[in-house]
This record gives sequence, C-alpha cells and structure tokens, in this order.
Amino acid sequence: MVHLDLRHLGEKLINARLPFVRELCLKYQNVDPVKELIPVRPVVHYMMGGVSTDINGATPLAGLFAAGEVACVSINGANRLGSNSLPECLVFGARAGKAAALYASERPAPNGPLQALVLDERKRLESEFLHKSGGRQRIATIRGEMQATMEKSAGIYRERNLLEEGAGQLRELQERYRDIQLDDRSRTFNTELESALELGFMLDVAVSMIECALHRTESRGAHQRTDYPARDDGTFLAHSLVFRNSDGSSRVEYQPVTITRWPPGERVYGQARQEQQH
Amino acid sequence: MEMAETITLEIARYSPEQDTAPHFQSFEVPVHKEWVVLDALNHIKDREDGTLTYRWSCRMGICGSCGMMVNGEPKLTCATFLADYATKGSKIRVEPLRYFPVIRDLVTELGDFLGKLKKVKPWLIHPSQAPLSQGEFLQTPAQLERYKQFSMCINCTLCYAACPVFGLDPIFVGPAALALAQRYNMDSRDQGSGERIAVLAHPDGIWGCTFVGECTRVCPKHVDPAGAIQQYKLTAVFEWLKSFITPKGQDI
Repeated sequence: MVHLDLRHLGEKLINARLPFVRELCLKYQNVDPVKELIPVRPVVHYMMGGVSTDINGATPLAGLFAAGEVACVSINGANRLGSNSLPECLVFGARAGKAAALYASERPAPNGPLQALVLDERKRLESEFLHKSGGRQRIATIRGEMQATMEKSAGIYRERNLLEEGAGQLRELQERYRDIQLDDRSRTFNTELESALELGFMLDVAVSMIECALHRTESRGAHQRTDYPARDDGTFLAHSLVFRNSDGSSRVEYQPVTITRWPPGERVYGQARQEQQH
Repeated sequence: MEMAETITLEIARYSPEQDTAPHFQSFEVPVHKEWVVLDALNHIKDREDGTLTYRWSCRMGICGSCGMMVNGEPKLTCATFLADYATKGSKIRVEPLRYFPVIRDLVTELGDFLGKLKKVKPWLIHPSQAPLSQGEFLQTPAQLERYKQFSMCINCTLCYAACPVFGLDPIFVGPAALALAQRYNMDSRDQGSGERIAVLAHPDGIWGCTFVGECTRVCPKHVDPAGAIQQYKLTAVFEWLKSFITPKGQDI
C-alpha cells in the first residue's frame, strides 16, 4: 500500500488549494488528509483503445456502430482520456447515431436467417447462464483474479515474462469462466447476468491487451516495457488491431498512423525535463 | 462509542416474479472504517446472494445512480459510511428511494422522472444558429456563476424521495427538474424561458412547491432546488404582470 502525506501542508493550505481532494477523501473514503495519510494507487481512468471505428462510428463489421468509451476513433494518439472523451460525448455519438440510422433505413428489415441467429444467441444465454446449474465458480472471484493478473502483468510497467505469465493465467480464468454459476434466474433487471456477460467480454479484452503488449517490443505512452524502454517508430508507429481467428485464437495486425501536425515526442520528467528545456 | 466489528443490514427485497409485496432480509457484514453502504451491498452480492439488485456505477458521487433510503433518509450509498451507524447492536435499514415505483429490490422506475426532465426543455434555446465563423458564445465568470450551482445536479432523485409534495402528488414536476429549468433560464446564452414558462408556471410546476426545503437539505451536490424554485416564482409573477401590459409574444 502506498500513501500520500499532505499533513505538512496544514489545514488552511489544504482547504485553500486542494478543497476537492479533501472533500473526496472525507466524503467517499472516510480519511481526513489534514490528519491522516491518503491511500493511493494507479487506476484505469479511461479505456485507451477500443472498437476501431471510422469518423462516422462505423466498425469494420458492416452494420455495427460504436461510440463513447467503447469506441476508438483514433483522432488523437492512443485514445487517452483528456481529448477523446469529450468529442465522444459531443460529436461522435451523434455522428454514429445518424450513420446507423441511415444504414438501417437503406436496407431491408432483418430477415429469417438473422432472426434465427438471434434466437440461437438467446438459447445460448439461457443454457449457459440463466438455466444452468452445477457451476462452481463465482463471478466476483474470477473478476478479482483477472484484475490482479492485469495489474501485475499489464499495469504500469510490463515485461515479457510477466506478460506471458499473465496470458497463461487469463487462459485458465477463461476456462474457469465456463464453469460459473449464477444465483439469479430472474428476467427482471438481472444485474448478475449483466455482470457475467461483462466478465466474459472483459476477459476477451484482457487477452487482447496482453497479446498486443507482447508483440509491441517498444515503449510508447502508457505502454512501458522495461525490457524495451525505447520508442521504435520504424516498426510500431501504428495502431494494434486484434482479430479473432476461426479457431478461437487471436492475431495482431497493424494500422499505420497518419501524422499531421504533431509528431510523437518523448515526455520526460524531473531532471531530464529540465535538461530537455535548456 | 465503540465501533462494532459487524453490522446487520436489513434490506428491502422485492421480486415482481415471486412477491406480492416487499419484505426485509437481514445480512451481517463486516464494518471497515472506509466502507460505505454500497461496499456492503457489493460484499453481499459478490459473496452471499447474487440476486440482490441495485444500481451503482462510479462510487464517487458523480453518476447519481446509487441513491437509496438509509434508515429512512434519502442518501447516496457511495457516500454513507457504515461506521457512522455501527454502534453495538445497531442495524441499518436499506430501502429503495421513497415515492417511486419499485422495479425490483432497491431499483426504482425512472421513466416518469426522465420525462419530467425533458418537459422543461433542458437545452440552450437560441432563435438563430450563428455560423461557426462567428466564433463561440462567450460567457463571463459572473454570468457562469448565476446558474453554475444549478448545473451541478447529478439526477440522483434524492430530492424527490425527500419531497412531501411529490409524495402526495406524483404529477408535481419536482425539485430537480425545476432547478434544471432554472439552470437554463439563468444562462446568458439561452433565450428559451418563454417556452419553459407554460410548464413551470403551472399548478404542477413551481406553484406546487410549498417550500418545505427538504430537497435542498438532502441534495448531495448542494444544488439548492428550493432556492431555484423560489427564485423562479418571482420571475413568474413578473411575467404574469407583464402579460397585462404587452401582447403575447412581444418583449418589452
């Protein structure tokens, strides 16, 4: 556990300069930074990357549109929070909605084969979740282990051994996921079913992240490999795209980045930053 | 007083598929200093009973989805510490927000509330769409300050669960929607107050409010809906007087 100590600043300065930090600690964590240490840790603030879309929210899968945190329009580097969540809210939701409506209006209504697919999916959800009995795994247990695995293997600093170890643990978690048991069989506001479906998707995303991180033998932005600390624009000035093969395995392909005004640069801190500025 | 190691949560349960009426179920949970009621609910759902149903998302008072009655008080459960209730032998009663229809367990039906928000036209109304080349609609810090507090609402509906007028008459537009209307009326970029007046200056609008002030007391974001409503009552009286001296649709 790492703690942040603000006590030396004193109550007056904390109230004047950091009122929201104090409020957050007091209201949601029961910790007063004037007298106590603040527990701190890295978290995911915004999902970097996502479903690849064009500027109309269209994905490579015809008829599937994405907008918001799930999408990756790539208007701005690796899709970090600051300059991407706002356009997702204010611009791309409306664009994706319009494009999806136009797409649907120009095509015939869903036909027999598609409706049969929907029915199949419904039956799968019933047999694998709602009607299933005898499963031995709890959602929260697998989710917790997945979080621990991702923090250790694909967190702030990454290296080959840890990534490979994480990939193995995720395969095991995916296996155990098939053995989960729901308590809730209700058709009304079933949040446990939702959690189960989300967990399956999160495991898929986690596997994709580790796969991409293993292939990307360089360091760039939030991807820091201790075994490959330098940025390699010759090979990796590109977005990683993960595809699922028909046998269930995945493959990584690269989509080149078009640089317009701002070439990638090195962000350095402390002593190194002062040297860079002089 | 000594803090207990565990505490009993009495949680209202209701499943429309099985129950004719809500009933209470007790769960014992550990008390940690930093645990909020929502942590206890997640602890129960994760380990003991996956059927326990409630809404939550951000865990930091931004999303507004974890509002519930805690010992009879409307609260955001992400900001309500177990430790504040955990003296020996005490219990915490958790129920869905009062005055709303219940979908299941602690989940309320929000369709009516969302309809009311939409009714007050909560968006900037401006007769002419200026071309982009004319630049932004600028606003001074003083102009922002006039409506800023009303813009902090997170739609948690605690103010409805606290409002005796809404409790008696569910048609009442209610505190959050009225404060939201005022948020746009007071915005220097907006010219839509004329369009909103029909909804607001109506017996189900501001005149329904008897200024109990409970909405403002329970608001976790200090929005002061009661203040917004009183402020608008003055505006409405002025508009009403104005209607005698100028024909409808004209400005003075």
